[in-house]
Amino acid sequence: MSSIRVLVGTRKGAFILTCDGKRDAWRVNGPHFAGWEIYHVKGSPLDPDRLYASQSSSWSGQVMQRSDDGGATWETVGNHFVYDGVPGTHQWYDGTPHPWEFARVWHLEPSLTDRDTVYAGVEDAALFRSTDGGQSWSELSGLRTHTTGSSWQPGAGGMCLHTILLDPKNPQRIFTAISAAGAFRSDDAGATWKPINRGLKSAQIPDPDAEVGHCVHRITFHPSRPHVLFMQKHWDVMRSDDAGDSWREVSDNLPTDFGFPIDVHAHEPETIYVVPIKSDAEHFPLDGQLRVYRSRTGGNAWEALTNGLPQRDCYVNVLRDAMSVDTLDPCGIYFGTTGGQVYMSPDGGDSWKAIVHDLPAVLSVEVQTLP
Amino acid sequence: MIRVVLPAHLKSLARTADEVQIELDGNVCVSSVLSAIEARYPMLLGTIRDRTTHKRRPHIRYFACERDLSHDSPDAPLPEAVARGAEPLLIVGAMSGG
Repeated sequence: MSSIRVLVGTRKGAFILTCDGKRDAWRVNGPHFAGWEIYHVKGSPLDPDRLYASQSSSWSGQVMQRSDDGGATWETVGNHFVYDGVPGTHQWYDGTPHPWEFARVWHLEPSLTDRDTVYAGVEDAALFRSTDGGQSWSELSGLRTHTTGSSWQPGAGGMCLHTILLDPKNPQRIFTAISAAGAFRSDDAGATWKPINRGLKSAQIPDPDAEVGHCVHRITFHPSRPHVLFMQKHWDVMRSDDAGDSWREVSDNLPTDFGFPIDVHAHEPETIYVVPIKSDAEHFPLDGQLRVYRSRTGGNAWEALTNGLPQRDCYVNVLRDAMSVDTLDPCGIYFGTTGGQVYMSPDGGDSWKAIVHDLPAVLSVEVQTLP
Repeated sequence: MIRVVLPAHLKSLARTADEVQIELDGNVCVSSVLSAIEARYPMLLGTIRDRTTHKRRPHIRYFACERDLSHDSPDAPLPEAVARGAEPLLIVGAMSGG
């Protein structure tokens, strides 16, 4: 029988939640790296016991960890992230030029074809790659040195490269997203990049449909259709059917279209999930009711999923990397909150229960379906 | 023999006991002590000082003999009591963060 392993990054350590395929009796292992912020933990699709973790603290900076036994033991690997060449400047919050400064790794994306290759999205926004299991890192600097790079500005959480999507059908194609620059695509394995933000409209920037400057919170696709992208933007849920060349809004009847995560059902490429948040100033659910919204039509026609989720006095947030799905049938949906709960639905969102209630604030959730 | 006490979060990262002891020839200063520590525990590279510039990380402090040495030159000799092992060099996570 298959089993499930949920990799949870929190403000104060990593936790590994495991269960058999019934998904009803969970074991909680951790904290790993107690006291450290764990922005992201993700496993290799080729070797699920090969895990990579981003560990950081305000005292001691960035540390990278690797496991070859599914998180039972860990090895510290390389943390030397150096921008390529003379980094130059981007715009600071006040519009003045500001030198690029490495702060932390937000997101790790293991290669689809090589267990020792992994990509890292970092703050200040740049894309790095390791081909030796995380021991050494090199910048794919064509992204940061794009002609628009000097005009990028940080969002409230910092100027982070938070999303990396590797196209399973085209090994030359990579998508990234940066707050608050927008979405970008490379069709030559990361050497050169183009902004893919046509159709986005952001009232928070001087030119609402500018080429860059949009605060994209998360993009995703179904592996069977990597040219169909879904986006949760600062405000607005968006869809592209041409690999990001153009976008259209699919927020429709959402009670608010602000939010952070967005994900796709493992077996239904047109079924997508978001967690609406009240506003950019009030990062909690509307009316204290935690509701996942599901669209079975690839956007629009949203339905609220509430069964098992708190429907009063709930004021948590769900961050951009804190939602994931398993590949069992029926598909399981998982998300973590800043209140320390990890919720899961074993039936595609129809019902929910908390696996854990009281972890530190959850930064990321990744699910592995193990044979 | 030089005695060095690491902050708790770096002890666990380096998997060390409470106190690290190192032998040094020549100038006993923060720079030489940290170089020896990093050579023995490479997982600490970048966690106390910048890997390239060797600038102290903003929220790390160096204390010894009830003095804050954080703002002294990292090449300045450490107190004689530290150099002969009577007192430890304390590497401290500053009272910041959460």
